[in-house]
Amino acid sequence: MSRLDTTAYTRTAIVLHWLIAVLILVAFPVGLYMVGLKLSPQKLAIYSWHKWAGMTVLALMVLRLIWRMTHRPPALPDSMRPLEKRLAQLVHWMLYLLMVAVPLAGWLFSSAKGFPVVWFGVLPLPDLVGKDAALAEILHAAHEVLAWTLIVLVAGHAAAAIKHHVVARDDVLTRMLPFLKRIGS
Amino acid sequence: MKKSLLFAAATAIAIPFAQATEFGTLLTDKSTLSFVSKQMGVPVDGSFKRFKATLAFDPAKPQSGSTSFDLDMASIDAGSQEANDEVADAKWFNLKQYPRASFKSSAIKPLGNNRFELHGALTIKGTSKDVVAPASFKQDGVNGVFDGAFTLKRLDFKIGEGEWADTSTVADEVQIKFHLVAAPKR
Ligand code: HEM
Ligand code: HEM
Repeated sequence: MSRLDTTAYTRTAIVLHWLIAVLILVAFPVGLYMVGLKLSPQKLAIYSWHKWAGMTVLALMVLRLIWRMTHRPPALPDSMRPLEKRLAQLVHWMLYLLMVAVPLAGWLFSSAKGFPVVWFGVLPLPDLVGKDAALAEILHAAHEVLAWTLIVLVAGHAAAAIKHHVVARDDVLTRMLPFLKRIGS
Repeated sequence: MKKSLLFAAATAIAIPFAQATEFGTLLTDKSTLSFVSKQMGVPVDGSFKRFKATLAFDPAKPQSGSTSFDLDMASIDAGSQEANDEVADAKWFNLKQYPRASFKSSAIKPLGNNRFELHGALTIKGTSKDVVAPASFKQDGVNGVFDGAFTLKRLDFKIGEGEWADTSTVADEVQIKFHLVAAPKR
């Protein structure tokens, strides 16, 4: 049924969007902060929480991609120029790609460093690659560059969403953030 | 040619059984001394690259065997460079003051089936504790191979003081594993 329902995001889609967004917006600054810390028990704890949050993003992304394959998102408003629509769609797909690539690179990096990932300290996840210092360096760079690319795109994405709401005054933001509509009306 | 090969093979098989062999020379390049520590529930492998050992072990008379170990603590690989630098610190192994650790066996108790219990005193960072390590013995060609593992509590030896005494990040229990290959005494 929902494949044809093109007027709204389902509740599942909205919950996944914001859950993942919050996790990424926490994991990113935590990642930047933690790398500069002096080695301490707190540093180890923060690293673990960073990895757990990131692995949660990866797990939620599996659900989100299933949702996306089985549903069609609401059409963009006709007031948008074709090029703008294409750009919005391109950014959405790049975001999807990066939301998988960033935590995946982190997981690969952790494996190559010789640190298995144990989700929330209870669920041991398999090592994706063996311990390899040279590979770890490459994967670290990949994780960092991809994370920055993701965050830059997110900034553009969020700015565009706000522009829809305050400049174009269409329903693009409110259909992803329904409570705005309620307080607005 | 064929004959001499056969002869060589026959002696290779015969030698280990022909005489009661006492294993007395540790082959350091074939032996490993490793450990697994747990950080935030994550097992992290480490090892010691340089150690010496004296040993005297006759599988026919295990009780009369003995061994002692001497470890160069600076040869630790704690899993990453950052960790290696950290553990040299006074809060961890205090390598400046205690560059070496040692183990001296007090008894070897046979458990049957080529399994033994190795009793002895382990000294790390100036603290001695009695430990018991179950081990197994098997013959590999002319060499004797010992495998064993035991768990020590790092805080018993004050390994990780101050903020690191908190066991919710780095667990108290550390598993020590040894794989020792010894050649017969000449
Ligand atoms: C949405 C997910 C993630 C985001 C946005 C993210 C972001 C970041 C950022 C911005 C950094 C700092 C970059 C640097 O200067 O090195 C970082 C570092 C790191 N990340 Fe992630 N990360 C995510 C997921 C993961 C996952 C799933 C893992 C591992 C399982 C992981 C492991 C690491 C590690 C180990 C570092 C530290 C590198 C170092 O010590 O230099 N990350 N991350
Ligand atoms: C880490 C942060 C974020 C990521 C990774 C992300 C990712 C995405 C993706 C991939 C979509 C497309 C869904 C689809 O139709 O297939 C989307 C939609 C949307 N996002 Fe985000 N988002 C993030 C944060 C935000 C923020 C902060 C805002 C608002 C300020 C926002 C507002 C929206 C809106 C309004 C839509 C719906 C667009 C439409 O109706 O076509 N997002 N987001």
